[in-house]
Amino acid sequence: MTFLTSEQVILLTGIFAASSCALVGSFLVLRRMAMMADAISHAILPGLVFSFVLANGPNLFVGIFGASLAGIATVVAVEALQRTGLLKSDAAIGIVFPAMFAIGTVLVTRYFSDVHLDADAILYGEIAFSPFDLLIIGNTNYGSYPLIVLMLMTVVNLLAILLFYKELKLATFDAGLAAALGFSPALIHYGLMTLVSMTTVGAFSAVGAILVVALMIVPAATAYLLTDRLGLMIALSVIAGAVSAVLGYYGAVAFDVSISGMMVVMLGILFSLAALFSPSQGIVSKVLRRRRQRERFAADLLVMHLHHHRTASESPDHLAAELDWTDAWLDRIIARAQREHHVELRDGRIALTPHGDEAAHSIARSIGVPVD
Amino acid sequence: MSTATTLNESPVAVRDLTVAYREEPVLWDVDLTVPEGRLVAIVGPNGAGKSTLIKSILDLVARTSGTVSVYGKSYKENRELVGYVPQRGSVDWDFPTTSLDIVQMGLYGKLGWIRRPGKKERQIAYECLEKVGMEDYADRQISQLSGGQQQRVFLARALAQDAEIYFMDEPFAGVDAATEAAIVNVMRDLREAGKTLIIVHHNLETVLEYFDWVVLLNVQIIASGPVNEAFTLENIRKTYGGRIAALNSLNGSEAESTVLMGDG
Amino acid sequence: MVPEILSDLIFDYTLRNVALGSALLGIVGGVLGSFAVLRRQGLLGDALSHTALPGIAIAFLLTNSKAPLVLMLGAAVAGWIGTLIIINLVRETRISEDSALGIVLTVFFGAGIVLLTYIQHNRGANQAGLDKFLFGQAATLVERTVLQMGAVGLVALLIVAVFYKEFKLLSFDPEFTASLGFPVRWLDVALTSLIVAAVVIGLQTVGVVLMAAMLIGPAAAARQWTNQLGVMIFLSAFFGALAGVAGSVISVQAARIPTGPMIVLCMTAIVLISILFAPARGIVWEAIRLRRARKRNLERRRTELRGEPA
Repeated sequence: MTFLTSEQVILLTGIFAASSCALVGSFLVLRRMAMMADAISHAILPGLVFSFVLANGPNLFVGIFGASLAGIATVVAVEALQRTGLLKSDAAIGIVFPAMFAIGTVLVTRYFSDVHLDADAILYGEIAFSPFDLLIIGNTNYGSYPLIVLMLMTVVNLLAILLFYKELKLATFDAGLAAALGFSPALIHYGLMTLVSMTTVGAFSAVGAILVVALMIVPAATAYLLTDRLGLMIALSVIAGAVSAVLGYYGAVAFDVSISGMMVVMLGILFSLAALFSPSQGIVSKVLRRRRQRERFAADLLVMHLHHHRTASESPDHLAAELDWTDAWLDRIIARAQREHHVELRDGRIALTPHGDEAAHSIARSIGVPVD
Repeated sequence: MSTATTLNESPVAVRDLTVAYREEPVLWDVDLTVPEGRLVAIVGPNGAGKSTLIKSILDLVARTSGTVSVYGKSYKENRELVGYVPQRGSVDWDFPTTSLDIVQMGLYGKLGWIRRPGKKERQIAYECLEKVGMEDYADRQISQLSGGQQQRVFLARALAQDAEIYFMDEPFAGVDAATEAAIVNVMRDLREAGKTLIIVHHNLETVLEYFDWVVLLNVQIIASGPVNEAFTLENIRKTYGGRIAALNSLNGSEAESTVLMGDG
Repeated sequence: MVPEILSDLIFDYTLRNVALGSALLGIVGGVLGSFAVLRRQGLLGDALSHTALPGIAIAFLLTNSKAPLVLMLGAAVAGWIGTLIIINLVRETRISEDSALGIVLTVFFGAGIVLLTYIQHNRGANQAGLDKFLFGQAATLVERTVLQMGAVGLVALLIVAVFYKEFKLLSFDPEFTASLGFPVRWLDVALTSLIVAAVVIGLQTVGVVLMAAMLIGPAAAARQWTNQLGVMIFLSAFFGALAGVAGSVISVQAARIPTGPMIVLCMTAIVLISILFAPARGIVWEAIRLRRARKRNLERRRTELRGEPA
C-alpha cells in the first residue's frame, strides 16, 4: 500500500481504527462493560512492556500476545476481586486498572525511558505518524504499519462476529439461555475480552489507549439510540465511527490540533445529536412527548374529576385547590378541554358538557377503571 | 396525647390523589381518610400502587393531582409526627455500621442539621432496640443480621422517630416467625398508645388477625373500612381480578382463610 | 536508613513538598472516597478526573494564567458539567450508567487533548506545564502549590466534618433521608462537589489516569478492617497518607521511579494486604476457618460412624 498519499493513509487508519473498535463496541455497550473496556485499555501497558522484553524490541505479534494476556489478566483480576464479596464491582475495576497502568509506567520509566515506548504515546497516540511507521520485511516496504494492523483487526473482528453472531447475541441478551443451550457464556465472555484487548493494541499506537475506548463505546452508544436491532446497531456504529474519523481528520487539519482527539470530539458531537434528536430515544422528542402526555393525561383527569364529583359546575379556584394544580397549569388544561368540547364555562365556573360526559366513559375504559 | 391530635383532624387524609408515571396512572383518584388509632393494612396485587401511595403521602413521589394532609397540615409541616419504615431491600446492608447506629438515624430529623446524637440519643435508641427484642444485637454490624433482624432494626429506627403515625412498607416480607411475632407485638403496643399505623401488607391470610382496618387498592381504592366490613370476598375479588383461584370463608373474626394466589 | 529518611522528610525541601502533597491527596481522597465507594460512585471519580482536562485547558485559554487555583476552578466546572451529563444520560435515555461514564470520560478527554494541542500550537511555550496534569508531577510540587492544595483540602474536610451525620444518612438510606426532610439533592450536589475538589488536588500529584486509585483504594482497604463508618474514614485517610508518603520516599530514594505510579502501587499493596489479612473479613482467615470447619465436620462424622453399633 505504498501507493497511498500520507493524507490517505491517515484517513484510512482512522477509518479502520474506528471500524475495528465499533465492531466489538456494540457488545460492550449492550453487556454494560464499557468501564471494563476502559480498564483493559489502561492495563495493556505492562503487557506491552513484557512483550517488548520478550521479543527484545517492538514486535507486532508478541505485542498483541502480551497485551491480550494483560487484558485477560485484568478481567480475571477484577472478577476475582468481585467474587471475594469484599468489594463492589466498580471498586474492583477502579483498583485493578490503575495498578496495572502504574506497573506499566514504572517499568517504562525505569527500564525503557530511552526507547520508543512511553506512557504519553500509549495514552494519546499520534495518528499523524502512521504514514511514516512502515512495515518493512526483508527489503520490501508493505506500507503503513498501523494501517495494516488495523485492517487486519477489522477483518478479524468482522469474521469473529459473523461466525459467532448467534452465540454472541444469545449470550448478550440471555446468558442463562445460552448456557442452557450449551454455549458457554464464560467462553464467549473471554473470547470477546480477547478481541477487545487485541483491538486495543492494534489501535492504541494510532489513537492512544483512552481514545480507543471512545471509538469502541461512543459509536455503539450512538447507534443504540437509533435502532433496536443488533445487526443494524453494529452497522450504524461502524458508519458513525468512520464518519467521525473523516470529519475529525479535516477538523484537526483546519484547527491544527490532535487528529485522534478531534475524531473523538466528532464522535461526541454525533452522540450528542443522537441523544438529543433520535426520534425514538432522543431527549428532545422524549421531553416533548412527555409534555404532550402530561397535558393529555391532565385533561382526561379533569374530565374524570368533574364526572366523578357529579357537581353541576365547579369554580376554577376550588378545582385548583382540590387537584393541587397551579392556576397557570389549570388554565392551560381547561383551555385544552374546552377545545375538545369536553368542558364549558358557565358564569365563570367549569362544567362538563354532554360530550365530555361521554368522553369520561371512554377515558375510564382506556385507563381501565370502572365508571361510577 | 400530642398537640396535633387535639386538632381533631384525621391522621391522614388523601383527596383526589392521582400519580402517573408518563401517561400510566399508578394511582387514580384516590380518596382516603384513616381514623386515628387503627392498624391499617393496605393490600392489593403487585403494581397496585401500594408503595406509591405511601411514598406520595411522604412527598417522596411527585403527585399528578390531589392533596395530602397529615393531621390537617401538609406533610412538610407535620413531618415530625410521622415515622417511616422503607422496604428492607432498598438499602445496602453491607454499610459499615451497627444496629444501634441505624436506630439513632431515626432521631436525625428531630436533631436537625449538624447536631450529633449523644448519650441521650444512644439511650433512646437502645430502648427502641429492646422493644423489638434486638438489644443483644446493638453493637452488631448490620450485615451480620438475618433478614428478620434487619427488619426489626428498621422498625426500631421508626420507633425512635417517636411519631403519631407510622408508615411501613412490607415489614413482613421474607421475615422469620419470631420477627413476625415481634413486629405484631410492637404494632399492638403502638395502637394501645393511640398511634396510627399504615402498613403495606401482602399476605391476605393474616389481614383479619393483625389489622382492624383495611384499604383494598388496585390503582383505585376498591374498598376501605373496618376489616369485618371491607375485607369481603366480593371486594377482594374486585381488587385482585381473576387472580384468586379459591377463597374460603372470610366472615366475622374467624381468620380461617386459604388464599391461593395466581401467577401474580 | 530509617532515621535518614525521616530527616529527609523534614529537611529536604523537594521530598518534604512531594510527601506533604501526596499525603494531603491521600487524606482528602481517602475521606471522600469512603463516601464515593459506599455509594458505588467510585468510577465517577475516574470520570471526573478525565473531565477536568478540558476544564483546565479552557481556564488557561480564558485567563492565560497557570495559577493552580484558576486551573482548579476550570477542572471543577468541567467536572460538574460532566456529572450533569452522566446523570441526565442515565435518567433520560436508555444508555446505561456504565456506558454514560465511559462516553463522558473519553469524549471530555478527547476534547481536552484537542484543546491542549491547540494551546501548544497557538500559544507556544506558554503551554508548558499544562500537560503535567495528565500524569501528575508530584516531583515538581512547590511549597505554594502544596499550601493551596492544603487550603482546598482543609475546606473539603471541614465540610465533611460539619455535615458528617447528614452525609452518612444520605449514603445509607437516601429515601429515609428525604422522608426526614433533608434536601437530598443538595446533599448529593455537595458530596459530589467535594469529590471534584479531591480530584483537583489529585491531578497535580498522580494525574488524570491514576486518580481513581486514590479515591477507591484507601476506602476499599479501610472497609476491610472495620465495621464503623467513622473508623473507616480515619483509616482510609491514614492508608491514603501512608501510600502517599511511602510512594514519595521510594520514588525519591530510587532512581527513575515516577512518583504518581509508585504511590498507586503502594496503595494497591495496602488494598491487597487488607483483602487478604484483615482480621474479620480477610480471605486468608476465611479460608482457614472454612478448612477447620470442614475438618471438624469430617471428624465428627467419623466418630459418629465409629460410634454406631455394627
